[in-house]
Amino acid sequence: MSALLSVQGLQAFYGQTRALHGLDFQVEESGITTLLGANGAGKTTTLRAVCGLVRTQGTIEFAGQRIDGKSTEDIVRMGIAHVVEGRGTFVNFSVEENLRLGAHTRKDKAAVHDDLEQVYSYFPVLRQRRAQQAGTLSGGEQQMLAISRALMLRPRLLLLDEPSFGLAPLIVEEIFQILATINRESRVSMLVVEQNASLALGLADHAFLLETGNVVMSGAAEEIRQNDAVRQSYLGY
Amino acid sequence: MEIFLQQVMTGLANGGIYASLALALVMIYHSTNHLNFAQGEMAMFSTYIAWTLINAGLPYWVAFVITLAVSFAGGVVIERVVVRPFEDAPVLNAVIVFIGLLVIFNSLAGWIWTYDIKQFPTPFGDHPVQLGNIFFRAHDFGAIGVTLFVLLVLWAFFRFTPLGLAMRASAENPVSARLVGIRVGWMLALGWGLAALIGAVAGMMVAPVLFLDPSLMSGVLIYSFAAALFGGISSPGGSVFGGFFVGVAEVLSGTYVPFIGNDLKLIVALIIIIGVLLVRPSGLFGKVSVSRV
Amino acid sequence: MDTANAPTGTVAAEAAIRRDRARTWRIWAVAALLVVTCVLPFVMGDYRVFQFTLAFTYALALLGLNLLIGFNGQFSLGHGAFYAIGAYTAAVMIHQWGIHYGWTLVAAGIVCGVAGFLFGIPALRIQGMYLALATLALALAMPPLLKYKAWEAYTGGVQGIFINKPHAPFGLPLNPDEWLYFLSLGVLLIAVVVAHNLLNGRTGRAMMAIRDNPIAAEAMGINTALYKSLTFGVSALFTGVAGALSCIVVQFVAPDSYSVFLSITLLVGSVVGGLASISGAIYGAFFIQFIPNVADAISKAAPWAIYGLFLIGFMFVMPGGIAGFMNMVWSRLQRQLPLARRRGAEAGHTGRTNSKT
Repeated sequence: MSALLSVQGLQAFYGQTRALHGLDFQVEESGITTLLGANGAGKTTTLRAVCGLVRTQGTIEFAGQRIDGKSTEDIVRMGIAHVVEGRGTFVNFSVEENLRLGAHTRKDKAAVHDDLEQVYSYFPVLRQRRAQQAGTLSGGEQQMLAISRALMLRPRLLLLDEPSFGLAPLIVEEIFQILATINRESRVSMLVVEQNASLALGLADHAFLLETGNVVMSGAAEEIRQNDAVRQSYLGY
Repeated sequence: MEIFLQQVMTGLANGGIYASLALALVMIYHSTNHLNFAQGEMAMFSTYIAWTLINAGLPYWVAFVITLAVSFAGGVVIERVVVRPFEDAPVLNAVIVFIGLLVIFNSLAGWIWTYDIKQFPTPFGDHPVQLGNIFFRAHDFGAIGVTLFVLLVLWAFFRFTPLGLAMRASAENPVSARLVGIRVGWMLALGWGLAALIGAVAGMMVAPVLFLDPSLMSGVLIYSFAAALFGGISSPGGSVFGGFFVGVAEVLSGTYVPFIGNDLKLIVALIIIIGVLLVRPSGLFGKVSVSRV
Repeated sequence: MDTANAPTGTVAAEAAIRRDRARTWRIWAVAALLVVTCVLPFVMGDYRVFQFTLAFTYALALLGLNLLIGFNGQFSLGHGAFYAIGAYTAAVMIHQWGIHYGWTLVAAGIVCGVAGFLFGIPALRIQGMYLALATLALALAMPPLLKYKAWEAYTGGVQGIFINKPHAPFGLPLNPDEWLYFLSLGVLLIAVVVAHNLLNGRTGRAMMAIRDNPIAAEAMGINTALYKSLTFGVSALFTGVAGALSCIVVQFVAPDSYSVFLSITLLVGSVVGGLASISGAIYGAFFIQFIPNVADAISKAAPWAIYGLFLIGFMFVMPGGIAGFMNMVWSRLQRQLPLARRRGAEAGHTGRTNSKT
């Protein structure tokens, strides 16, 4: 399978400070890849770099096209949806308005309607709360909303930044199971950034381990999960 | 009593103008967190454009609509060319740019059309409207009506159209808006365009009363700021209420508060502004926002 | 520092030597400029002398504004109000009570300093854009207040107040215009020295810390409230004295001279001259004094159009103003300064490192 997203020598800058020092990784078509690492390793920065939210050097290729240097709005229109850390919900809008905003760039009204139904079937609680103000939802519900809004784009690649953050373990499990289902049924590729390594390795096919802006290890998720030495020294469990 | 009602009516008519300009100010504040000090002069300039068209023989409402279109385009261009580079700059740099715009529009108007006072026609006729024993100016009624109509159309636009939804989303959370593909930069430009359009309406409604010269909007601007602050700079409905309130307060305090009279009415605006900023900066209907240090 | 024996061959040491030499050059340049300034009134026509005198008063006003905006990070679209208060204080004292104009400068300073400090207190709770708005309202309220009928007896109402032109004291051999020139220059120089000492000491550092990061400044134990109000007071004091001086120089005050456009003019002067600098006040003052005269020839509206274009243009291209530009030119020149005139061998040695800097 060819790589849907391919990153080579990626550097990222906040002002004059360099946060990523030359990353190489790929996301396979219809696969799930995870970026692991501690706080400050550069995981969020990497996702931002893919979306054009920070200044970068190096190559980012998506579906065969260079996207480094493009504006965020253009990258989104190519089919990359980003669920940010902290959800990024439009808190003063209703659940359904949030979802419709996710489909802002789409012209195919009928298909948008189908996707709305699809999303409500993945997350029934959202259908219940469709008219409710998004800011009043619980953390878990907002995460479901954020993921659903991203899916409303009908993306080819879904970027998820710490989907487990601040959520109760049961909810997190539920969400990760649904993510696996979505990947199976819709064949959407995913790049998941996580601090919770065991959760991420359970979901992903491939894993890349980041440490202060560099990739220090990569491989099949299953192998890394089985490797005691790696787990203890890098992943802490 | 009749004098009182007449005064209230005048106050409401003025208030409609203040409400319109206040709405324009709120629109820009809402999307950019900037106070556009040049809003009044832009409105005055638009009014001169309308005057030129009417003088060239165009019917009033045709000139009205063309002016709205030109003002809208002008607002968009100004945002893209002059304001955009200062989006991320320190706030006071933007203030200086706005003052620069204020001064340029004011002097351009004086240069092109001279400082002579001009008449601006009212589309509502000269016949006074009679209610009971009191005579009201037809224009006052008309101005209030036009103001309310514009506000209604705007409300519907933001509430029911996808573009309105996108603009509101951009104002609330620009990063998330970009991530759903909304071109936030163009939303800001659109906001400026709409604000310029509303300002043009305000200018054309007030010109028949105050007569057209480059200083047309300078008094109006500060009252509109007072109105927007009083009602809540983050609340469109609040600022409209604030506009009517300030309009009535200005007229009544001029008539009934002895030491203010006609001369110190501007002090009313000053007191409202400083009072609101000290006591309740978010205004009557605005949201109180707490920022963490 | 003994530059003659300082070690050459390290970049830092060489920069220090250059700085010292640059400082010497600077002092000679300023001294030369002062000499020229003192000679000028005797070679220029009376009207020119008057224009320069007015420019000095503007420079004093801009010094006040720069202290507030450039060095302390607050804002004022209403400094014309303090200029007006100073001017009217002087006019009323001279016209109504026959007080000597020298004392009016002191009185104007005190009155405006207190007024500024008092305004600075509520201003503590109003930040950025909103402070701009509040001061704009203040500026707009000034002409109506000055025209107000209740105290017309003192202020002269719409017609304003005329005062007599002062003559040189102690029988000095100066005509009135020359005397006013030197008076204004003297007051300006005193103010420059005061400002310079203020800014280079603890107070100045506290002011600038508040400008750059108010929360950090507060956390470091700086009483930001006190410093900000004090800065407003000192800033108003300078501008108030400038107003009083202008009243004496022009011998006339009237409400419409102190409209919001005066405040905007002062802002233009600060921005064009350089907001965070003392020399900027002087560059800016000459700009706002002389450009309108040139632009007036084109059209009545032209001066303001130019002001607007310069405001926006400078924000785009030269936010540091003329002073910022001159500083940049000066430090470029400084780097070209030779380290030593004698010692050919060492000059050759440093010749290599020259190319790196």
